[in-house]
Amino acid sequence: MADIQLVKVEDVTVRFAGDSGDGMQLTGLQFSTSSAIAGNDLNTLPDYPAEIRAPAGSLHGVSGFQIRFSSGESPTHGDNPDVLVAMNPAALKVNLKDLKRDATILVNESSFDNKNLSLAKYETNPLDDGSLKGYNVLRVPMTKAVMNALEGVNISLKDKERCKNFFALGIMFWMYSRPIEPTIDWIENKFRNKPELMTANKKALMAGYHYSEMTELFTTRFYLEPYKLPAGNYKNVTGNEAVALGMVAASWKSNLPLFLGSYPITPASEILHELSSFKHFGVKTFQAEDEIASIAACIGAAFAGNLALTTTSGPGLALKMEAVGLGVMTELPIVIVDVQRGGPSTGLPTKTEQGDLLQALYGRNGEAPVCVLAAATPVDCFYMAYEASRIAVKYMTPVILLTNGYLAQGSEPFRIPSEDELPDFKVEFRTEEEGFFPYLRDENLARPWAIPGTPGLEHRIGGLEKANITGNVNYSPENHEFMVKLRDQKIKNIAKEAPKLEVRGEQKGDLLVLGWGSTYGAITEAVNRIMARGLKISQVHLRYINPIHPDLGDILKKFKRVLIPEINLGQMATVIRSKYLIDVVQFNRIQGLPIKASEIEEKILNMLGVKK
Amino acid sequence: MTDVNKISTTQLTAKDFASDQEVKWCPGCGNYSILAQIQRVSPSLGVKKEDFVWVSGIGCSSRFPYYMDTYGIHGIHGRAPAIASGVKIARPELSVWMATGDGDLLSIGGNHFIHICRRNVGVKMILFNNKIYGLTKGQYSPTSEQGKKTKSTPYGSVDYPFNPAMISIGAGVTFYARTIDREPKHMQEMIAKASEHHGTALIEVYQNCNIFNDGAFASLTDKETKADNVLILEDGKPMVFGKDRDKGIKLDGTTPMVIDLNDGVHSINDVWVHKEYDPYGHNAFILAEFTDNEDLPVPIGIFRRFEKPTYEELLVGQIERIQEKKKVTSFEKLIGEGNVWTVE
Repeated sequence: MADIQLVKVEDVTVRFAGDSGDGMQLTGLQFSTSSAIAGNDLNTLPDYPAEIRAPAGSLHGVSGFQIRFSSGESPTHGDNPDVLVAMNPAALKVNLKDLKRDATILVNESSFDNKNLSLAKYETNPLDDGSLKGYNVLRVPMTKAVMNALEGVNISLKDKERCKNFFALGIMFWMYSRPIEPTIDWIENKFRNKPELMTANKKALMAGYHYSEMTELFTTRFYLEPYKLPAGNYKNVTGNEAVALGMVAASWKSNLPLFLGSYPITPASEILHELSSFKHFGVKTFQAEDEIASIAACIGAAFAGNLALTTTSGPGLALKMEAVGLGVMTELPIVIVDVQRGGPSTGLPTKTEQGDLLQALYGRNGEAPVCVLAAATPVDCFYMAYEASRIAVKYMTPVILLTNGYLAQGSEPFRIPSEDELPDFKVEFRTEEEGFFPYLRDENLARPWAIPGTPGLEHRIGGLEKANITGNVNYSPENHEFMVKLRDQKIKNIAKEAPKLEVRGEQKGDLLVLGWGSTYGAITEAVNRIMARGLKISQVHLRYINPIHPDLGDILKKFKRVLIPEINLGQMATVIRSKYLIDVVQFNRIQGLPIKASEIEEKILNMLGVKK
Repeated sequence: MTDVNKISTTQLTAKDFASDQEVKWCPGCGNYSILAQIQRVSPSLGVKKEDFVWVSGIGCSSRFPYYMDTYGIHGIHGRAPAIASGVKIARPELSVWMATGDGDLLSIGGNHFIHICRRNVGVKMILFNNKIYGLTKGQYSPTSEQGKKTKSTPYGSVDYPFNPAMISIGAGVTFYARTIDREPKHMQEMIAKASEHHGTALIEVYQNCNIFNDGAFASLTDKETKADNVLILEDGKPMVFGKDRDKGIKLDGTTPMVIDLNDGVHSINDVWVHKEYDPYGHNAFILAEFTDNEDLPVPIGIFRRFEKPTYEELLVGQIERIQEKKKVTSFEKLIGEGNVWTVE
C-alpha cells in the first residue's frame, strides 16, 4: 500500500464532467448528499446541455455538476474547481479553462482513444503531449477497471460500462473521506427490483473506493471539519424544490387548497414535477395546453378560492402577461414564479440570467403594477414563495417571484422549519352579505375575497375598468385615473411588509455593493474577501423589488458610490437611477453563467484603487 | 360526485337571475333571446343560485356574465375555457357555464377549446355563433362562409370556415347540441339538457347579428322557409322535416340524402332514426357535415351525448386514492420528506 498523507482542507470545489448520458448529475447529487451528511456546508450547480442526448463524446454533449463543500460557509458553488473529474476527452477540453492552475484532474484514461480524442477535436492526446503541465493529473483506466470488477455479474457489457460513474464516485469518496453508506442505501433502494444492477453498481462504487487505497497513484487523502450549522433537521434542496415546498407550506398555514397551473418549460419544470407528487396533501396540479391557459386557469382557481400558482421561465412569462393584467384588474391573488433563463426568445434554455426584471416590473399593457419579489439563494426560494403567497392573498394581487436557472438547479442544505417559525397566514373569505360590494377596500386597499358558493355575494369581475367599491363597469375619465392610482397605491402599501435591510460591513462610507436575486452568494463571498483584506466595504441585498424596501433610499444616501452586479445589461441599475436619481456603477456579465465572486472582487478592488 | 347540488330552487324566477346592470347589446340582437332563455331556465336547473359561475372571453357575447346575477368572470380574449377549467377543477361542486362567440372560441381561443373538450371538464359552453366579428365592427370570422365581403375582406374572404360541430366532436366533446336564437323553447330544452349532462357540453346557438351580418340564418328562421331547411333532431325518432312533414333523411352507407316520403318508393321505414347516445361519434360526424351540404337541411338538437368520467372527478379520485395510502401526519414530515439528516 502506498504511503498516504492525510491532509486537512477547508474549502473544496469539485466538478464532475462527462457525456450527458454518463450520469454526471446523479454522481454529483450523490456526492452532495454524502457531503451534507458529513456535516459540510455545500452549494451545487449542475450545467448541462439543452439537448437531451447530444452525440456521445462530442464537445456540446458535455454535462457537468459542480459542488463546493467546506467547513466554513459556502455562499456560492465555487468560482474555479480544485478538482475536475473528466470522464472523456470532451469533458476535459470543455472544462479545463475553468480550473484552478494547480487543480487535480481525475481522468478516465480508458476513454482517451483515437475516436474520442477526435470527437473532442484533440490533435494529440493531452494526457501525453505536456499540455496539462502544472496540473495534478490522475490517470485511471476506469472503464477497464469497472469491467474487471464486474466480471461474473450477469448484466450486459453496455450496462457494465455504464457503472463507471460510480467507480469515479468511489474514488472521490475515498479522496475526500466522505461516507459511502448513503449512496449504498440509495443504490439498494433504486435497484431493489433489479438485483443484478444493484450488485453491479455497488461493486463499481466499492471498486473505485478500494482502487484509490491500493494503487500508488494517490498519495494524498483529504478531510474536512464539519461546518457548524444551527441545530435541526436538514435536507438538501434545489431552488425549484424549495419553491414547491414554500407553496406547500403556504397552503398548510393558510388552509387554502393549492392549485398549480403550469406548462412544462426549462428550467422551471421541476416545480411542476415536485408539486405533482404532493397529491397526498391534496395539491391539484393542472398541466395546461399552453402558458396562457395555465395562468388563465389560475385566475379561475383564485376566483373559486384556491391558492393559485403558475410557474414558468422568461418566454412563458411573456405569454402570460395579458392574463397577469387581468389579475391586476380583477384583483385576484396569483403567484407567478419566473425561473429566469438566458434570453431573448428561446435563448439559452438551460442557462441562467437576470434578464426578466424589467419584464416583471413593466411588461404589461397599461398601468399594471404587481408586487415583484426575488429570491437570493436556493433555500431563500422556500421563504420567498411563502412570502409571495402571503402578500398575494393579503393584498389581493398577482405577485411575481423571480428566481433563475442558477437558484433553481443549485442546491444547499435546508433546515426544515417548524410551522410556528413561519409568519402568520390567516385567510377569511367574505361571507357577510350586509354591506358587501366586490371592490370594497380594507386598510391596505385590498378588496374582499368572496368566493362562489357564498349566498348573497354573487358578483361579477372582469377586465373592463371598474368603479371602486361597486365593481361596476365604468368608463368615466375621472374614475379611470382614480382606479389607476388606487391600484398603484395598493402595491405601494406592500412596502410595509418588507423587512428592514441589513447593511453588511460599514454602515456608511465609500462603496456599497447592491445586489438582488441570485448574485447574493457571489457578492457575499467577494465582500468577505475584501473585508478579510481589511478594506472598507458594504453590502445590501434586495428581496423586495416592487415595492422596493422603503429604507433603501436612506441607505443609498450614506454611500459615495454604489456598485450593482447583475446578470443582464443593468436592469436594476436603471431602476435605482430612475427611482433615487443617483448614479450607480454597473457590473454586468451576460454569459448564461452565474457571476463569479472573483470577478466582483476584482471589480471592487479596482474601484478601491487596490491592486490584486 | 354530482355535477350540481340538486336542491329545490323553484321559488326563484328569471328575474332573480337578472343583474342590476343595463344590457348594452344593439337593439334587435339575437343575444337578448339567449339571455332571456337562460334566465328563464336557470331557476329550474336544480342548482343553487350561488353555485352558478358564468365565465366569458371577449366579444359581444362575452358581456353576458355582467347581466347575470350570479358569480361571474369576464375574462380575456379566447381564454374562457381555461379560466372556466380553473374554476371547475378547483371547485368541482360549482356549476360552471361559459358564454363565448365564434371569434372568441374558434379563432383566438381555438387551442383552449379543443383541450377543454379533450379533457371533458364539466363546463357548459354556449357558443353565440353569428359568423361575424361584431364588437370590432364587422370583420369576417372563422365561421363566415367563404367569399364573405366584410370590412377586412372587401373582395371576399378566401379562407374556408370552421365547422364547430366537427371540431368539438373530433376533440371528444361528450355533448354537442345546436339551436337557434329564434327558437326559444328549443333553446331552453337544450340548456336544460346541457345542465343535466355530466361533462363538457357545447351548445352552438345560431345568433343573428342584425348590424353586421343580418339575415345570416334567415332561411332557418323565416316562417316560409324554416320548415324545409331545419331538421329537428329527436332522440329515437326518424329524421323527418318539411312544411308537410313529407321529407326524410336516408343513409346510403354513410352518405345522407333527402327522400320524398310521398314518392311511392320511400316510406318512413327508410328514414334514419336519430340516436343521441354516440360514444364513437359516427352519427354525429355525419350530422355535422350537413351544414356544409346545401342539399341537406340544417339539424338542430342534440347531435351527440354520452358520458365518461370528467377531468375533475378523475383528478379528485386520484387525490383521494393517494390520500388513503399516504397520510399527512405533520408539517415537518410533509416538508421534510426525503434524505434528511440531523444536526445536533
